This record gives sequence, C-alpha cells and structure tokens, in this order.
Amino acid sequence: MPAASLTAIRPLVAPPQLYRPAEAPDRPRAFAFQGVGRRFGDKTVLDGIDLEVPSGQFVAVIGKSGCGKSTLLRLLAGLDRPTSGALAFDAGDAGGGRTRFMFQEPRLLPWASVARNVEVGLTGIASGAEARQRALAMLDAVGLADRAEEWPSVLSGGQKQRVALARALVGRPRILALDEPLGALDALTRIEMQQLLERIWLDQKFTAVLVTHDVAEAVALADRVVVISAGRIALDLAVPVARPRRRGSAELASLEGRILDQLFNRD
Amino acid sequence: MSPVARLVRNGAAGWLLPAAIIAGWEAAARAGLIPANVLPAPSAVAEAFWRLTLSGELVRNIGVSTLRALSGFVIGGAIGFALGLANGLSTLSRGLTDTTLQMIRNIPHLALIPLVILWFGIDEEAKLFLVALGVFFPIYVNTLLGIQSVDPQLVEMGRVYGMDSRALFFRVILPGALPSIFVGLRYALGIMWLTLIVAETISASSGLGYMAMQAREFLLIDVVVLSILIYALLGKLADSLARLLERLSLGWHPAFQRR
Repeated sequence: MPAASLTAIRPLVAPPQLYRPAEAPDRPRAFAFQGVGRRFGDKTVLDGIDLEVPSGQFVAVIGKSGCGKSTLLRLLAGLDRPTSGALAFDAGDAGGGRTRFMFQEPRLLPWASVARNVEVGLTGIASGAEARQRALAMLDAVGLADRAEEWPSVLSGGQKQRVALARALVGRPRILALDEPLGALDALTRIEMQQLLERIWLDQKFTAVLVTHDVAEAVALADRVVVISAGRIALDLAVPVARPRRRGSAELASLEGRILDQLFNRD
Repeated sequence: MSPVARLVRNGAAGWLLPAAIIAGWEAAARAGLIPANVLPAPSAVAEAFWRLTLSGELVRNIGVSTLRALSGFVIGGAIGFALGLANGLSTLSRGLTDTTLQMIRNIPHLALIPLVILWFGIDEEAKLFLVALGVFFPIYVNTLLGIQSVDPQLVEMGRVYGMDSRALFFRVILPGALPSIFVGLRYALGIMWLTLIVAETISASSGLGYMAMQAREFLLIDVVVLSILIYALLGKLADSLARLLERLSLGWHPAFQRR
C-alpha cells in the first residue's frame, strides 16, 4: 500500500505538530452512520452506509452526480431522515444542534449587512452586542472585517462564500457539513478558499465533512476520502500527507490517481 | 456637465415638460387661440386658486378629500395586507379564500356604485367602502405574490440555522416580499385617488370632487380645471411619498443603490 510508505517519510517533509493522523482511535467519535439507507419512492439513493468519523477529522466525500453524496450530507445535518439504519452522535453533538451546513450557494440575506448575515449563525446562541462582536471577530478570520457594514450584493462570489463560511463557523459548530461550497468559484479563488478553510479548521478543530466532485480538492484538504458509488461506500482512503500540503505534489497526485481509478472502475 | 444633464441628475428635469406646457397654454390663451369658456388661462386658474384659498373653501375640501382617501386606504390596505400575508403563509387559508377573492377582483369596483348608494346612501361610508375595496386588491395580490416569490433556499437556510417561525417571518419572508408589496402600494395609491374622485363626483356634499361638480353647475370652468390640477398634484405627492419609503427600506436592493 503506497500510503504506508508515504507515512514513513512524513516527518522529513513537514513540521510534525501540524500533522493530524487520519486514524486516531484515541479520539472520541463525532458521528457514525450505522447501516443507513435512504429511499425516495422505489429509488434507493443510499444503501447500508457504515461510516464512523472521529472528532476533528476532515472527511471528503466524493462521487459522481446522483451517487447519493448530497443526501448523505443532508442526513448528517438533520435536513432529511434515513429510511433505514441510524445516525449516532457523540461527544455532545447530539441532535445535530451544533451541526452547521454550508450550501453550494452563499444564501446570504440580501437585505442584511454582511455582519448581520454572520449573526444569523448565532441564532439562539448569542444576541445583541455579544453577537455583533463574535460576528466581527469571525469576519476578521475570513479576511472581511472591513466589509462588515456593506450589502452582500456588492461582494464578489468568493467573498460571499467567505461570509457564508463565517456564518457557518461563528457559532463554533462541532460538525461542519459542506455541500460543494466552492464549486461555483473560479480556480484561483477556489484554491484561496481551500487554504482559508484548512487554516480555520486547524484553528477551530471541528469535524468537517466536505462533499465535492473535485478529487484534487479532496486530497488537498481531507484526512480521509470516502468514495460513494451507487449508494454505497466504494473506497475509504486515508490521506496521510503532512500539512501544509503542496498542491501538485507527487504524493497527492498518486492518491488522486487511485481515487479516479476507483471512480471510473479502472484497475 | 451640461445644464440639462445636471437637471436630469437631480430630478428637476421631470418638471421641465409640465412647466413648458403651462407656458404654452398661457400664451395660447392670451393670444385668443383657446376660448376662455373651453379652457381658461393658467393665470385665471391661479386666480381661482387664490380666491378659494382666501375663502378657506379649498383647504377645507382638500382636507375632507385627503381624510377620506387615507381612511379608505388604511382600511382596505390593512385588510388586503393581512389577507395577503395569511394566504401567502398558509395553504389552508389560500385554499379557502383565494378563489372567492379572485372572482370579486374581476368585478370593476366602480360598477358597484349603484349598489353602494343603495346600501350606504351618499354618506361617508359609501366613499370609504369604495376606496377600501379599490385599494384592497393591488395590496392583496402583490403581498401574496411577494411572499410566494421569496427564495425557498433562503427559507431553508433560515430553518437550518435555527430560526423559529417568528424570526423566519421578520428576517427572511417579510423583507423578501417587500419590493413586491411596494409595487402594490403604489398601484393602490393611484386607485385610491381615482375611486375617490369618481365617488365624490357622483354623490357628495364636500370634497374636491364636489367642488368641481358645483363649479360645473355655475360654469366656473377655472375652478373645474383647478380641481383637476390639484388631483394631479396630490397623486404625484402620494407617489413621491411611496418612492421615498421604498428608497428608505430597500437600500439593500441593487436597483436602489447609487453607484
């Protein structure tokens, strides 16, 4: 297995304190899918999904269009219920109350200022001056502190997604579910956003589940890549590459190749 | 920048055309091109304005008409807004009432005048009823439309972020419906004056419409023209107020942002 040999050279290429191992049996479980299935009418979208994710792990979920990856995310966020099996939350994540969802579109309220939009993420958590202060701190973290009082309509696409990220994270969620949030951005903005997301994840230590169809994005960001095919987990691959990762490196490329082989059934 | 461009920029250009029309009209009247018993000169109308202002008749009639217009507007607008909200938010309410309301909407409300006179006589109630009915539909239809056209993705976002129905209504649904509600408001203001004029012309003992009809009896054509001009000004005033409200509350909308 090539992953094992890569693990051996890891300490040579990156500061070890930044590395977070994909397999960490000592860390508590964040959530688990236990034989989860979801049918819409007589169409089976997910079938017997077993997936256990330790707290703080960054998981990327990959699959072709219509493979059920978005359904998986909606189940995790409590936007949908499984028709069979169960979801288990641990470490205080019960009920998905602190699970945040980041959509494909920014979905900002056009009639609220940037700061007020971020405050939406504190609904039921904080209000008034405290909410404002936390929103501004989070905007600062995504590099938009100076745009707090502007309307969303004047922001660029990437800036809008950064506001949406700030809104998702301002309530300090334990789990962040991301549904292809970078899919509509141009290539350069996209890489910037990936780096921002990684930095904030390293800082806040939430569990991240990123649905994407971009294999390069998945191996660049995730500790673990799960490939879904026809409603089942077809591949569950650790990405034991040290952070910060260099895009285009040989290790990432080889992992990317393995995932693409799986997606297109090449052996 | 040319003077004309500057006038267009600060909104004064819209008054150029009315001013030119009045100047041309005065000149034509003085030259004898327009006989005074067809259309009196603007100066004659201004004189009538001054005469009626001094006697207090004009202010009283404008006051009576404005009060009628606004009372009818508040009654009809409030009912239309409430029903629009109810039918936009509840499928049950819409299922029960929308068909009926759409049927009534297709009756021209002024066609009800004979019936209204039979019901209410020619008192205040008749005018209030007609104005309220006329104002009701544009407000109702546009409030309903506004709520139905709120982006469902934003509503889903609000739910995911834990908004209760109250927060969802005040922070997502109502602001989203507001541009459409304002369209209804401006339509309703136009219909408000139209209805009132017709109602006052047919049956009244005070108000601008009554003043015009009295003047017709005595062949005071300058007063008739004056009444019509005042209607135009009041209509414009109401529309400007609505636009101002719109600009104040829709500052987020790209259409209302200045550069």
